Amino acid sequence: MTSLAAVIKKPKSKAVKERQKIAYLFVTPYVLMFTIFIVIPVIAAILLSFTYFDAVRFPEWVGFENYINILTNDDVFMQYVIPNTMKYAIIVGPGGYILSFLLAWMLAQMAPKIRTILALIIYSPSLTSGITMAVLWRVIFAGDNTGYLNSVLLTLGVIVEPIIWLQSQDFLLTIMIVVTLWSSMGVGFLAILAGILNVNQELYEAGYLDGIRNKFQEMLYITIPSIKPQMLFGAVVAIVGTFSASGIGVALSGSNPTPQYAGQLIVNHIEYYGFYKYEMGYAAALSVILLIVVYLFSRLAFRLFGSKDE
Amino acid sequence: MKKHSRFQGTKINPSRFHKSQIRYILTVSPIVAFMILPLIYIFNHAFKPLEELFYYPPKFIVEKPTLANFVRLFQVTGTSGIPMSRYFFNSIIVTILVLVFSVLISTMAGYALSKLNFKGKKAINEINTLALMFVGIAVTIPRYLVVEKLGLIDNFFVHVLPYLAIPVGLFLIKQFIDQIPNELIDASRVDGANEWQIYRKIILPLIKPAIATIVILSFQTVWNSSDTSTTYINNDVLKTFAFYMNTLTANTNGVAGQGMAAAASLIMFLPNLIIFVIMQSKVMDTMAHSGIK
Repeated sequence: MTSLAAVIKKPKSKAVKERQKIAYLFVTPYVLMFTIFIVIPVIAAILLSFTYFDAVRFPEWVGFENYINILTNDDVFMQYVIPNTMKYAIIVGPGGYILSFLLAWMLAQMAPKIRTILALIIYSPSLTSGITMAVLWRVIFAGDNTGYLNSVLLTLGVIVEPIIWLQSQDFLLTIMIVVTLWSSMGVGFLAILAGILNVNQELYEAGYLDGIRNKFQEMLYITIPSIKPQMLFGAVVAIVGTFSASGIGVALSGSNPTPQYAGQLIVNHIEYYGFYKYEMGYAAALSVILLIVVYLFSRLAFRLFGSKDE
Repeated sequence: MKKHSRFQGTKINPSRFHKSQIRYILTVSPIVAFMILPLIYIFNHAFKPLEELFYYPPKFIVEKPTLANFVRLFQVTGTSGIPMSRYFFNSIIVTILVLVFSVLISTMAGYALSKLNFKGKKAINEINTLALMFVGIAVTIPRYLVVEKLGLIDNFFVHVLPYLAIPVGLFLIKQFIDQIPNELIDASRVDGANEWQIYRKIILPLIKPAIATIVILSFQTVWNSSDTSTTYINNDVLKTFAFYMNTLTANTNGVAGQGMAAAASLIMFLPNLIIFVIMQSKVMDTMAHSGIK
């Protein structure tokens, strides 16, 4: 009996071991690329953030000096970068996210043909790259009267003189927000739309029997709880997208730092210190702060929509 | 049945048009207009002849469409004297390599992470979900240092390698493979198929929608990106089309430059749009499984 059991067991465990080996072969290429281009750079950023590094000499350990300087000595960071980044991130992030949900929700109430066409129109700006488009936005917002916006406003009599939009302290950040929102209805928007379309129809009928009276209650008590996983995916994509697109100010105004720091966001601040001033350690500390901020926002999204905390 | 048809008007995902839907269409239409106007503007601007570009006040719609902007765009060779076709060729090679290898790498990993058991599987899945929150632009500098250490500066493959591991891509693929019943895989194992055969003959055909989605996402990133050319490549011959378009349009100010810029943007944008239109139903199919649980 024992020998028979061994005979049966042995090839099975061998097959399982074999399968393990193959599993490692299958994941290795991804893990390798992931490690080289994501894990190591993040670790390097963390290590460099504790050093002084000018890209030539070997990094010199300085402890928390960079972080202390960021928080106490960097007037540009405190006066412009933080307020700008907060304003930009709050409007583009949660604002864009709520907008994409409402759009998806309204599209989901339409007949398939018109829905597909409108979804395509809303999604297609996200297919353009911000930087390539920047040249064209520069024409629309051109500072003389040949600019489209100036021309329209002059004709309508809203303004008397052309406004130099992209060099303006008052308008640059707003324009950045508008342009980013325009191109932000991407994968997250599609995920939410697909989620809403796949909600079990019977839930709605049951909901109305249980006393749901209007569309708003329906959205709040049936739609959103049913698509929590997609809402979470959309939120994470929105947060990451917001910060990834934030180099747009430099592309629009054509200079880093942006005029009077009007459109200076944390990403531009990092590049300014890294590539213009060659203070790599300082730039790395800023990067770490950015990654932590993104992580905290994402945790918040997990709190709101994650299923683990229920 | 009667109740159901009464419900048709207001319910989510209606199968046909009903006049109660008009209020939603009216509500979204200003936003839709805002979304599409810049795109219409590029189309029109790209086909405007020189004299129409000079119109004051500027006209939105082109009157006598011409290909002159495209012709000029293709005739201009950069200051380095390298023909544009070279950049175009570089971009096509880079894009094809990224698409083939990112699909291969993420589907293989997705299969293992979804259906095979091995040590470290849970950790990899968790780290990848964490990496969904990764903002690449934050680590431009350390990434540059890594690339430099690996001796990849001015190496053509530096356009390809950073784009192969896309956390969102692997995540979507894995979620999609999770939907495939285990019985299907067990049955083919009993029939004597090895893991590689299961991956090729069962998994790949079943996850075509997810693959289409990865293709679109990767294409969008690679085709539009000029970052690798700016950061890692000094040799002009090795730079990409997106980079060329950027420098060309950024340096040519003035009205004639705007026409060329519009033509360039259109060339950059159209392939994205065409691929998406062809694959959009598959993308929606994948997105239905995109949730983070």
